[in-house]
Amino acid sequence: MGAIHLLIKRKKLKPGVKLFLGILPFILAYVIFCYLPLTGWSYAFYDYRPGRQLTDCEFVGLRYFTNMFENPVSRRELLRVMTNTVAMSAMGLMTSFLPMFFAIMLNEVRHRKYRKFVQTVTTIPNFISWILVFAIASAMFSVESGALNVLLKELGIIDQGLNILGTSKHAWLFMLLLGLWKGLGWSSVIYMSSLSGIDQELYEAASVDGASRFQRIRYITIPGLMPTFVTLFIMGIGNFLNMGMDQYYVFSNAFNKEKIEVLSLYTYNVGLAGNNISRGTAIGMMQSAIALVLLFASNMLSGKIREEKVF
Amino acid sequence: MRTVSKVKRKQSAQDRIFDFFNIAFLTVFALMCIYPFYYIFINSISSNLLVQRGRIVFLPQQIHFGNYLDVFQMPGLSRAVLVSVARTVVGTIISLLSSMVLGYAMSRQELWHRKFWYRFLVVTMYFSAGLIPGYLNINRLGLMNTFWVYVLPSLVGPYNMILVKTYVESIPPSLEESAFMDGAGYLKRLIYIIVPLSKPILATLAVFGAVGHWNSYMDTVLYTSGTKLQTLQSILYQYLNSSRMLADMIKNGGDLSAAGMMAQTNIQSARHTITMVTIIPILLVYPFFQRYFTKGIMIGAVKG
Repeated sequence: MGAIHLLIKRKKLKPGVKLFLGILPFILAYVIFCYLPLTGWSYAFYDYRPGRQLTDCEFVGLRYFTNMFENPVSRRELLRVMTNTVAMSAMGLMTSFLPMFFAIMLNEVRHRKYRKFVQTVTTIPNFISWILVFAIASAMFSVESGALNVLLKELGIIDQGLNILGTSKHAWLFMLLLGLWKGLGWSSVIYMSSLSGIDQELYEAASVDGASRFQRIRYITIPGLMPTFVTLFIMGIGNFLNMGMDQYYVFSNAFNKEKIEVLSLYTYNVGLAGNNISRGTAIGMMQSAIALVLLFASNMLSGKIREEKVF
Repeated sequence: MRTVSKVKRKQSAQDRIFDFFNIAFLTVFALMCIYPFYYIFINSISSNLLVQRGRIVFLPQQIHFGNYLDVFQMPGLSRAVLVSVARTVVGTIISLLSSMVLGYAMSRQELWHRKFWYRFLVVTMYFSAGLIPGYLNINRLGLMNTFWVYVLPSLVGPYNMILVKTYVESIPPSLEESAFMDGAGYLKRLIYIIVPLSKPILATLAVFGAVGHWNSYMDTVLYTSGTKLQTLQSILYQYLNSSRMLADMIKNGGDLSAAGMMAQTNIQSARHTITMVTIIPILLVYPFFQRYFTKGIMIGAVKG
């Protein structure tokens, strides 16, 4: 450190270089936590056994990649996991217009305080962890004493409690609904702020022309929100495979695993829980590769549609 | 004139129907969002036996706070609270420090190879080595089972860095230059001029960063073992699962002895109580950080 100090003093470094030396430790953090892990990809090309040095392990080339598709068992597994991932991601994308509608509905409420109340309350679930969502879901839906089952039994609709958390039936739908419950209010905040950007004169002019409320929504509000929607939708395509694993990790159990296991969770289950580092890394790399293609595709799409690239 | 008033009357009838369904839907959804929190709260303070039977639906009955006293007697819970608080505070500070310093430096045109370094940081938003290489990396760095594994990764935060950079760029350069004339170095300018002027953005980032740390869970699963570094979230998850296991055991084994039932009722109440303990901090800061929502959405929306 002393030597560097001396160097700075003697050579009278330019201010820009001095500044750079000041932020170097923080840049190094990016190197350590973002760039350095990339070297871990090499594990996919070796037959890695925990506790050994990588160099002592057998080099197997692309075996883990070809195995994924050639081995019938792992091919079936991969197909199942991909189906889950694509299905749940697609359901998420298909319902991504809902926050926009929610914002419009909220905007149509004339009573300011009530609007504020609904917005406040519906945003809360976004700020709790998936563990807490799981805790809430357990309290609401558990077989024996969950609020829903008690209510349904009380009303005489069912005699046996529904085991919503422990079944693969409708697991995709359940996951989607949980996601909506958690995210709808928060996702609508961005639309609420673009709503205020719509020219109020348009509404006045439309009223003068005798446009009904639906017509105003249809011809002014929705077109006004479209750019935001398209941007978010395209980003959604770019992140199609990058579903966080929190939700699925927390909610998965022996009964619904078949339907709930998404690619990231599968990587975890194979690589860390199953202790097969090399295979897990290979699966993860495949996911990264597809994600990268999707990202570029979405960026190109964005360039075409909005004439503005995301990056 | 007549036609206009006719149109208006027709509109208002349609309007009223619309308003009715609109408000009805919003109210139902709002209740769906708030009721579970209320339900867990009243269940955590009601008689454990009634809770077990699912009797507590609208109002608490036989109110007692014994569960709250009990859960803090549980082995590990106080420690978990401490770990959660510590990681939230330290992690947020580290993340603010990094994004402030980097954001400020990236706003300065004279920074050595500014464009290159800016891209070097921003591009990390678009790729990730993946779960397992990340795990191997943490392992190699010797961060496994240390408190640092919770907080050091917060040094990386390209979104936050961009937000700070954009914000600092909006500060009039004359403010900074006046100090420059006095011969103040970068650090002094950053601390005495830029940071005080950047309070709004720092507050936003602090609030969102803190919530993120409080809610974080996967790092506990991936990078720690044993009870030493358990957070409130992981204790809660463990408890949620163990109670289900116990419930299954009792159900399958047919062990309906009084002791078994007792254990089960208490576990259920404890579950509600730990859930409350984990949620309360979020609910407490919630009204405060609502102010930052509009700024907060930028965190999700800003790209490159």
